[in-house]
Amino acid sequence: MKSLEELRAIREKMQSQVSMRAEDHAHTRVVVGMATCGIASGARPVLTRLSTLVQERNLTDKISVTQTGCIGLCQYEPIVEVMEPGKPKITYIKMTPDKAEEVLERHLVGGHVVEEYTLSGADIK
Amino acid sequence: MYRSHVLVCGGTGCTSSGSQQIMEALKAEIEKNGLSEEVSVVQTGCHGLCALGPIMIIYPDATFYSMVKVEDIPEIVAEHLLKGRVVTRLLYNETVTPAGNVKALIDTDFYKKQHRIALRNCGIINPEVIEEYIGTGGYEALGKVLTEMTPDDVIQCLLDSGLRGRGGGGFPTGLKWKLAKQNDADQKYVCCNADEGDPGAFMDRSVLEGDPHAVLEAMAIAGYAIGASQGYIYVRAEYPIAVQRLKIAIKQAREMELLGNNIFGSDFSFDIDLRLGAGAFVCGEETALMTSIEGNRGEPRPRPPFPAQKGLFGKPTILNNVETYANIPQIILNGPEWFASMGTEKSKGTKVFALGGKIHNTGLVEIPMGTTLREVIEEIGGGIPNGKKFKAAQTGGPSGGCIPAEHFDIPIDYDNLISIGSMMGSGGLIVMDEDDCMVDIAKFFLEFTVEESCGKCTPCRVGTKRMLEILTKITKGQATMEDLDKLEELCYYIKENSLCGLGQTAPNPVLSTLRYFRDEYEAHIKEKRCPAGVCKALLSYRIDPDKCRGCTLCARNCPNNAISGTVRNPHVIDQDKCIKCGACMEKCKFGAIYKK
Repeated sequence: MKSLEELRAIREKMQSQVSMRAEDHAHTRVVVGMATCGIASGARPVLTRLSTLVQERNLTDKISVTQTGCIGLCQYEPIVEVMEPGKPKITYIKMTPDKAEEVLERHLVGGHVVEEYTLSGADIK
Repeated sequence: MYRSHVLVCGGTGCTSSGSQQIMEALKAEIEKNGLSEEVSVVQTGCHGLCALGPIMIIYPDATFYSMVKVEDIPEIVAEHLLKGRVVTRLLYNETVTPAGNVKALIDTDFYKKQHRIALRNCGIINPEVIEEYIGTGGYEALGKVLTEMTPDDVIQCLLDSGLRGRGGGGFPTGLKWKLAKQNDADQKYVCCNADEGDPGAFMDRSVLEGDPHAVLEAMAIAGYAIGASQGYIYVRAEYPIAVQRLKIAIKQAREMELLGNNIFGSDFSFDIDLRLGAGAFVCGEETALMTSIEGNRGEPRPRPPFPAQKGLFGKPTILNNVETYANIPQIILNGPEWFASMGTEKSKGTKVFALGGKIHNTGLVEIPMGTTLREVIEEIGGGIPNGKKFKAAQTGGPSGGCIPAEHFDIPIDYDNLISIGSMMGSGGLIVMDEDDCMVDIAKFFLEFTVEESCGKCTPCRVGTKRMLEILTKITKGQATMEDLDKLEELCYYIKENSLCGLGQTAPNPVLSTLRYFRDEYEAHIKEKRCPAGVCKALLSYRIDPDKCRGCTLCARNCPNNAISGTVRNPHVIDQDKCIKCGACMEKCKFGAIYKK
């Protein structure tokens, strides 16, 4: 190790992975439905894309990406729920990896809910 | 990139309950389900909750599974990792609320009052991967010290932090370094005392197993501060996992040039070697430890000269304990004010305790100094099992003493413990309930010191032996009150005249039990009675003829055929034959057998 910069480069590379292992009440939780219905309609690539993006952008200290079971709206899978501390839950339906990336960009980073992909936006009663 | 990390504890406790097999099964099952690209399995150090091992934590949701078995692995992979459904039956029950919801680990009684500094990476990172340590800010303190601070700055920082030696002595660490720096020499040494010997204490082992790089980093910082280029870690050979991980850590640090020549491009060079101890308790004493590193028989020598003047190979040396070192990188990074903001006036920061004995949550806890014994035992420790009453807590191992119930609310710090006749020691905390005999406890520790006395000085070699003889007489009901006076006199004599810490503190378990439980000693002597019902020579097993139904179960289970009687008639124990094993009492379904 010849300089602090060298050390910090390794740290940055590793930080996103290690900081996933923290418990924090201020975390935003992104939950992907991964029951049989979700997996069958393609939830796996959605989950991996989200998880990879969050780590690549060093957001693991703020956002955790996890799976959940069936929430009962199987026809709208893959479903992604975003739970920000102190805000109502937003449910995104019929996700694809690309749509998920858009949600990450606009909602999780930008702070604006992507209305057209949400359950309420899709006008379902 | 992995979406999930499965952490499996690889500390000594969980390893002995099978965590290695679990890890193998887990990897195989993940492979089978095609998740190898998505889920990583990480071996970590100790989480502290050793009683519930093997422990597994799955991130990012931080699900805490306890007492995991190999048979559970397919279910965990299929349900949790594949479908994201928590396997409720394996959850640590404290993380489940009465309503059935899962709460975070940091909100459980065991963890919420803890504050982890020395143990901060234990159970979080893989100790065998240096990059993971760097990922949590590792080696940045060393970088900061070498590029921004002078040796005097480092020492001043430690002085300001108020850090005191965690091995038990409580000597200010900054002062120790300052003294060593002042002495000019062509060669100086930095030593780490990892010869953890107190019965029941295992925090140093946990740090070495879970976060070995923190110790290496701190030793390099110490080397820079006092002007040393060589460090030695003296670690017990009985800690195979710790030794193995240290070897890996040193190798990795050398490869990354975090040990070696011109670290961080400065003109500072430092290297560390391991020395394995053969397990003699006295080698935890600093002068004996250094004598042992030099290749001689591990015996203490008189002080002064202190190690800071003439230590290892006659050169100025500093010796710190593992836990002390583990705090140092954090103090450098966060500043002395941060550290000094925790704890009490004269004891700053946190201390790790190994909870053991009659307590629900046995394991390792790190608490801010000044936490009360009540909080540690009732809240973090989960109280005493089977509704028994707290009698005393033993701290400081064979050098320490007892804290009785009357001091239950005392804030734990160095000076408070000494004022009530105990000591911090390395942090063993053994809880005793009403079924423990205090004379027997004192005898247990004396047996230990008699075994471990190195024999160099007479007060310790002969004196402790005589003390043990008197204690044995008391527990057999053969002692007189004169013996008790003699015992007490011996205590003070040995304390004053022994050469090293081992002998000087050996009488402490007797002195402190005499101070708080003299009545128990007197009951053994005057009434030939052991109030707690422990000392075998003073009790006998009897059968209550009114309660005995004559089921013959006791007679059939007696290993010495001491019980006689016919079916449906009360049985009798032959006191001459009875070996007081208690098997009959355990077996009796009617509670007819009692101890007297």
